[in-house]
Amino acid sequence: MGGVMEHLSWTGALGFLNWPFLALVMATLAAHILRVATSIFVTRVAAPAELNGTVSTGRGITAHVGTAAKWTFRALIALTLIFIVGGAFLNLHAGIIGGVSRRLLPVWIALVVLFAASIRWKGRLGLYGTLFNSNGGMIGLALVMFWAFTGIFVAMGMIATHDPLAPISAMIPVPPGSPVRTPLADGIYPHHLLGADAMARDVFTRMVTGALEVLRIAPLATLVAFTVGITLGLPAGYLGGRVDTVLSFVSNFFLAFPAILLFILLVTPEVAATGIPNYLAMVLFAFPIFLLTALFNTRLRMQPRRRSVVVSVILLIGIWACLSLISQPGTAIRILPSAVDPLDIPGHQLLIFASIVIVIAPAVFGHMRGLAQRIAPRAFVTAARMRGETRWYIMLWEVLPNARGLLIADFFARTGHANILLGALGVLGLGLGPDSPDWGSSIGEGFNLLGEFPHLALPPALALLSFVLGLNLIAEALRQEDRPE
Amino acid sequence: MELRGLGMGQFILRRLGVMILMAICLTAFVFCLTNLYPNLEKLARSQGTPGMEPHQVAIWLSDRGYRAPLHPDVLDALDSDDLGQADKDALLDTRINLRLIRNYGEWLGLLPGFRGAVDGGKTIGRCIDAGVHPDDAPDYCGVLQGNWGYSPVFEAKVGDVMAARLWQSGKLLLWALILMVPAALTLGVLAGLRQGSGPDRSVPALSSLSSATPEYVSGVILIALLTASTMGLTWPWSSAANTAEGAALPHVALPAFCIAFFGLGRFAQMTRASMAEVLATQYIRTARLKGIGFGTIVFKHALRNALIAPVTSIMRYFPWLLSGLVIVETLFDYRGLGWTLVQAARGNDIELLLGCATMAVMVVLIARLISDVGAMIANPRIRLA
Repeated sequence: MGGVMEHLSWTGALGFLNWPFLALVMATLAAHILRVATSIFVTRVAAPAELNGTVSTGRGITAHVGTAAKWTFRALIALTLIFIVGGAFLNLHAGIIGGVSRRLLPVWIALVVLFAASIRWKGRLGLYGTLFNSNGGMIGLALVMFWAFTGIFVAMGMIATHDPLAPISAMIPVPPGSPVRTPLADGIYPHHLLGADAMARDVFTRMVTGALEVLRIAPLATLVAFTVGITLGLPAGYLGGRVDTVLSFVSNFFLAFPAILLFILLVTPEVAATGIPNYLAMVLFAFPIFLLTALFNTRLRMQPRRRSVVVSVILLIGIWACLSLISQPGTAIRILPSAVDPLDIPGHQLLIFASIVIVIAPAVFGHMRGLAQRIAPRAFVTAARMRGETRWYIMLWEVLPNARGLLIADFFARTGHANILLGALGVLGLGLGPDSPDWGSSIGEGFNLLGEFPHLALPPALALLSFVLGLNLIAEALRQEDRPE
Repeated sequence: MELRGLGMGQFILRRLGVMILMAICLTAFVFCLTNLYPNLEKLARSQGTPGMEPHQVAIWLSDRGYRAPLHPDVLDALDSDDLGQADKDALLDTRINLRLIRNYGEWLGLLPGFRGAVDGGKTIGRCIDAGVHPDDAPDYCGVLQGNWGYSPVFEAKVGDVMAARLWQSGKLLLWALILMVPAALTLGVLAGLRQGSGPDRSVPALSSLSSATPEYVSGVILIALLTASTMGLTWPWSSAANTAEGAALPHVALPAFCIAFFGLGRFAQMTRASMAEVLATQYIRTARLKGIGFGTIVFKHALRNALIAPVTSIMRYFPWLLSGLVIVETLFDYRGLGWTLVQAARGNDIELLLGCATMAVMVVLIARLISDVGAMIANPRIRLA
């Protein structure tokens, strides 16, 4: 392959499909817009009942437009698959699309395996299986798992074509498909598939590595935010009274901050220098430990001996993990000796993590509080109270499980929001670091050059869009499932 | 809620009280975050002599009232030549100290401004402007007296800087709302009217898409589309927005659209749910069974109740709108309050940052108050509950 040094086109040998593809995109768009328009303006005329009592409806214009929308969409999906499969076979002969598709081969395989297995056994997969009942759920899952697999494989050293941080060739943005201009060392990938940025770093590599950065922070931050929101929202909603007044005031306090304002105030080197992030993280990480302990403590209330063992193990591991994350040489909290301190997060990242938690937790709190208020008057809660169960048992094992479905759906939506917040931090230059390949930072760096070099900001922007869209679609599909009426 | 028997006036008063308490807490929090020791240290180095040693910074700060006065023993130790630099640094206390509360009171205008003498016997103080004799200067000079402080980045009074920018941001926000609100409500109402219809099925999809498209993503996509196509538009358009009188319509349109699109789906979805819920109520069914036409039912009976929830939640959406404003203004170089906020943060311009943050928080709180009162007026059940 060493001889291929010319500039790649977008589709190469598959170029004959370009025009059909564009035409199909237009047709699909037109059909969908038409479908919405007709359903607004064409009123349905009630069909008269026939003598035997049945009703037959003619296929009016609405039905025809609906069919057109369905089939153009299916054809579009089919053609996209042809591009992906053909590209994966033809590699660089199918241009940039081919090269990208080939690099992503492990992801395609993982996706196919996942979907085949899930559809085969979807009846036995519970809530996850219900995703496969709707198109939206499946598309959402495909998008999310695409980026999840990409992140995993990048971490395993696949997919990326170059080093995400090192400059490769000349110090100028080069367009997608350009050959790498350094004298070729053996084994270096010969093209910048999606071009290179102003620092001569490979855009494709940075985009796929960005998935890893995003996956490392957003879901975990959302999870911690959920434990905070649930731990405080349950008593606020179930017990009410003064507890509710105080907690709601605190929640409203943080909700009054525009998220970005809070970031600008909080995510600064000055704040990091005071050691606030470590204290903040210590408080926030206490919530998952508390929640987990309380869950087992109430569940095993009838088996005191087992309870003491389980609870003390959880507490030990939890506190050790928490301290290991936040105790850092050279910062405000240095509790653990380095011999038992394997996990370290730099102060700045800890701060970003904590501030995302602070933005998301009040919203979760409000949601949980509302759900608890709605569930509290139900009969099974009263029954548990009559049985003499403790408050925390009722909250954690009677109220919480009945809010489960909506909370899980909400989790996906909020993870999407966490991604957006993380991106916003990057765009404002407060992100994970000056060289970090996360999507927000790349968008921020590429934005000013957008007129001449759209390939700098567009790939990370579309990556973020598709990932969050996938999360939102999953959330929407799960919410539909949870709506029995 | 224990609102039983509360009149309208009492309700509003109570909300107002909570709002003022909240405002005090919020500004105090912001004040603490912007007056951390490292911030003050930066300030000292930019306003005093740049090459100051850490202990000289501490003395500079306590002389000017930013920090509590140093203990006389510590001061003597720092002034003496017996100690090495490392020992002197070890004596310094960089934690948050009680002086902060007093400074907050001074900034607010509830406490008299700091006065002190620096070397040479010259009296300086918070309220003493350059060239004014200390005896002529006022005692109180805080926000309540209309004095927001001085911005070294813009070399102007904070109040003047913000007044000019506020109008720019207000215009952008207004356009965003004009683009978003009618579109979202119309779409939501159409979707909620008929279950299973085209709009009904497309609104959830649209909502997923729009809430996955933050301002910075839609901005990138739109600019890429507009400049790549043959429309002949060139970027940056924003260069004209940099002039003092600012933005003509095209410069507002793109940022406003970006803000509007992010919220559009969310409110369309909310309106759809609200409309469907109202249409399923008993009183609408009764009206239908009495033979009233569908149009009359929708416009006379359903619409008002269906719009309460989405409209009040738009007022509660203001934190999101302001976040969007900051991002859009920074990206498009649109010189409003959000842009100023970012500049202030970058330049360690403490009083300007405080001013902008206070302004943003007050906007949120007032919008929240309007939402509460509006919901109460529109829905008698809250009042009489």
